[in-house]
Amino acid sequence: MGEPQEIVPLGKNELMGVVARLYAEGYRLVQIGCNTLLAGYELNYSFDKDYRFKNLRITIAPGEEVPSISAIYQNSFLYENEIHDLFGIVVTNISVDYSGTLYRTSIKTPFSVDNVKLPEAPKQKKTEGP
Amino acid sequence: MARKTIIPFGPQHPVLPEPIHFDLVMEDETVVDAIPSISYVHRGLERLIEKRDFVDFVHIADRICGLCSFMHSMGYCQAIEEIMGIEVPERALYLRTIWAELSRVHSHIFWLGAAADAFGFESLFMQSMRLREMVLDIFEATTGGRVILGVCKVGGVRRDIDSDALKGIVNRLAALKVNLEEISAVFINDYSIQHRLIGVGYISKEDAYALGCVGPMARASGLVMDMRSLGYAAYKYLDVEPMVESAGDCYARCLVRIREIFHSIDLVRQAAEKIPEGPFDLKVKGAPDGEYFSRIEQPRGEVIHYVKGNGSRFLQRFRVRVPTFSNIPAMIKALKGSGIADVPNIILTLDPCISCTER
Repeated sequence: MGEPQEIVPLGKNELMGVVARLYAEGYRLVQIGCNTLLAGYELNYSFDKDYRFKNLRITIAPGEEVPSISAIYQNSFLYENEIHDLFGIVVTNISVDYSGTLYRTSIKTPFSVDNVKLPEAPKQKKTEGP
Repeated sequence: MARKTIIPFGPQHPVLPEPIHFDLVMEDETVVDAIPSISYVHRGLERLIEKRDFVDFVHIADRICGLCSFMHSMGYCQAIEEIMGIEVPERALYLRTIWAELSRVHSHIFWLGAAADAFGFESLFMQSMRLREMVLDIFEATTGGRVILGVCKVGGVRRDIDSDALKGIVNRLAALKVNLEEISAVFINDYSIQHRLIGVGYISKEDAYALGCVGPMARASGLVMDMRSLGYAAYKYLDVEPMVESAGDCYARCLVRIREIFHSIDLVRQAAEKIPEGPFDLKVKGAPDGEYFSRIEQPRGEVIHYVKGNGSRFLQRFRVRVPTFSNIPAMIKALKGSGIADVPNIILTLDPCISCTER
């Protein structure tokens, strides 16, 4: 089976502190990704050190701002611009802010809650009692 | 202080006929800043997951890129299999490894050709492309496709390669190796190539790590980082050795790729010798309920295929973080301080794949 993966849920206010600690411990930023939820977003900050994969996760509501981690990890600016352009999430204080011009999409924020209809989970079959 | 001017590079450039653009901020002949611009042809493939059954979606993953086609479908399948707890038959894991390494060989030879073209070395470009055909012929013989292989599936692979065909592949690769030794000697020893590449586009080991470099770009700066060391597919049964150089310049990136071609040929030989008999696919029942970040080593470096499902046939999220996207910050760093004449070579030695980036 595959590598063990640690997913750590965090509050938005804890994010910068934990990211700074990971940086000090020598983790590299692997990626920042975002998932659309029914009423909000889930941001995944993935890190790696010596092939140990760690993922920090914060959940936010539509319209909620997220702090940039580009002051700690310089390479985060591309991911943060991507999340802004595709999901419409405002990321504050990005070191290099493209202000919505990184992605040229025909629909504004194509991955936002307004544009994504998530598939429904399959209904559980009712089992008849004796 | 010299006056600053901006020179546009791309989105169409003779050296890199893929749409990426840089605004090069120049002081005289020196680049002082580079501002990248992508997404000229962004396809939004990730959202097609909402409209395709997760089993069929592998065909879309296959089409993210022509050079790493098989690697994308393999990464996607691996993520689904992890979520669903599918034990892929060992023979399928070996076959995946063989096709993955052949993909690396043809991608790197393609890069050698493109690099030779950028130096203005036309005959070397033609020789590289001629040799690449040998790998494409193997693809065609074993999968029916030369670019999009369409051979990976959730639970295994669609086609087997019999033992005679495997011996034939090893023999053809041995012949390829002899030819490659001849042209790689030119890449390594030619005065003009050394003159164009040595000391150009330098990235230190510390910068490579801090800027999130992956693949040959990271290894050329001295970082021992190769996702095959995770032991996915059949790599856990093979002797995988990351090819590392320390100079961090364009020449080191060229050397890493040349050494990786020979290593991949050896990995195919190892896999052909060790491949067990048995089934090569598995019938898949149910649908994925969970999430997984699949990490594999593409020709350009670590790629992430993230998959999230809720038990329905249609996934909630599919995301690909491609190596080129991860290498762009280092690309900017390498360009700063370089001469305008070196810009094409620097960008090319990072081997950007815009098709992957515009997934």
